[in-house]
Amino acid sequence: MNPKTQNKIAIGTLYGVAGLVVLILLALLGYILVSGLPQLSWHFLTAPAKAFLKGGGVGVQLYNSFYLLILAMLISFPIALGAAIYLYEYARDNWVTTTIRTAIEILSSLPSVVVGLFGFLFFVVKLRLGFSILSGAFALTFFNLPLLTRSIEDSLRTIDLSQREGGLALGLSRWETITRVILPAAVPSILTGVILSAGRVFGEAAALIYTAGQSAPALDFTDWNPFNISSPLNPMRPAETLAVHIWKINSEGIMPDAKAISSGSSAVLVLAILIFNFAARYLGKRLYKRLTSA
Amino acid sequence: MSEEILTTQDLHLYYGEKEALKGINLNFTDKGITALIGPSGCGKSTYLRTLNRMNDLIPNVTITGTIKFKGQDLYAPSADTVQIRKEIGMVFQQPNPFPFSIYDNVIYGLRIAGEKDKEKLDAVVEKSLRQAAVWDEVKDHLHESALALSGGQQQRVCIARVLAVSPEIILLDEPTSALDPVSSSQIEATLLNLRHDYTIIIVTHNLQQASRIADRTAFFMNGELIEVDQTKNIFMNPAQKQTEDYISGRFG
Repeated sequence: MNPKTQNKIAIGTLYGVAGLVVLILLALLGYILVSGLPQLSWHFLTAPAKAFLKGGGVGVQLYNSFYLLILAMLISFPIALGAAIYLYEYARDNWVTTTIRTAIEILSSLPSVVVGLFGFLFFVVKLRLGFSILSGAFALTFFNLPLLTRSIEDSLRTIDLSQREGGLALGLSRWETITRVILPAAVPSILTGVILSAGRVFGEAAALIYTAGQSAPALDFTDWNPFNISSPLNPMRPAETLAVHIWKINSEGIMPDAKAISSGSSAVLVLAILIFNFAARYLGKRLYKRLTSA
Repeated sequence: MSEEILTTQDLHLYYGEKEALKGINLNFTDKGITALIGPSGCGKSTYLRTLNRMNDLIPNVTITGTIKFKGQDLYAPSADTVQIRKEIGMVFQQPNPFPFSIYDNVIYGLRIAGEKDKEKLDAVVEKSLRQAAVWDEVKDHLHESALALSGGQQQRVCIARVLAVSPEIILLDEPTSALDPVSSSQIEATLLNLRHDYTIIIVTHNLQQASRIADRTAFFMNGELIEVDQTKNIFMNPAQKQTEDYISGRFG
């Protein structure tokens, strides 16, 4: 066989494989959206769920998902940022950093149900936080931390060494170089990483079932005192998220329109994650343009 | 002969086990341009980077000997690298403007040092860019990204950025090797403008460049300083055979 035919066969195979991946993805997305989109309505997105009757919505679950996401990000982002800066900018290559990196690697491949069970035993039971948004946010932090640290570290890596030298050669300290030159330059790519990991956190179910719980008490959206049990801001209340809701109604839902609700919820989830992804790209580009020519 | 601003005595530098600089004795007088020439890997860039402690960034580097800037030991335990680098600035081989506007690039050092007075900053930007001979080309788009400029303009903005911190010594590590001939000659003209106000030390592998702009030239080979003299003498009448061989293109 001559090299030319070989080349053609190789390219053909690669196109085929890539096409297959795209096809599977489109089929999945198409199925979810086609069966889910017709269920969507303002009522569906805002109404509370009903346990036994038709016509329930996912308003509370949707809100819980966002609230939990924001809390989890507020906790995990500063830690991940600090860890990434330390690992990439300060740490020398020795057994301590190797150990930290290995730990991060292992943590990132931990099955999320294990993270959930750990969260249940530690936060819910041991620390007596109960099934609560806070327990869920901590569990999600454990789930999210390794990925976010890796992604921020990768963002820092994309900034050329010459930028660091440039900063130092101007008489900036190392810290000033990092905070005033490197981080601003890395913001767009850090932001992209944060939003993408937000998408993963948003769709996470297994880590939340035993930590944030599977019940969604009705919320009073006029009560913003975080100490009231029906307040949306109360971090100590149990909070079923959208992803957990899908899992629950599929396994034990007894409302007559369970299938429709599950399809609708799936579509909402997928749409939200799609929006996250596109927003990440758009914002990353916009921000880079603004920062680089402000 | 004006006073010596920077002195190096018996400077050795090791990358791990490998000795990259083998006892360099070299002094610089105030103002003027000194060129460091020599074949690739001869240690000229390594030497340059010891002068403002940029080699600190590289792990496993050991340095012995003394470098004194105005009588102060740069490698004394109490030496403040941040202060040193404010007084001994550096321009690199690849233009490395920060991904911000031209204006922000130039005032970066000052702004971080806490200067807020807009008028003063504006004045510094104009003065530095004029000194770096790039003002006329960029004055109408100071607030656009420095990354949009040509390589030669970027490099002059980088020079302006160093000037804005008002250093005494400017180190340049092959500043034109990544640039086209026109940009290179603009940089050379810039340096000739600056030679009365600053002590300039430039590493170059372009011999014509050294002969065009340098007052003094130092020839390095295999980690040793072979010869240093007035540029004219190095090129017309070198004392060492190795220098003559290198200058006349017999190797390197």
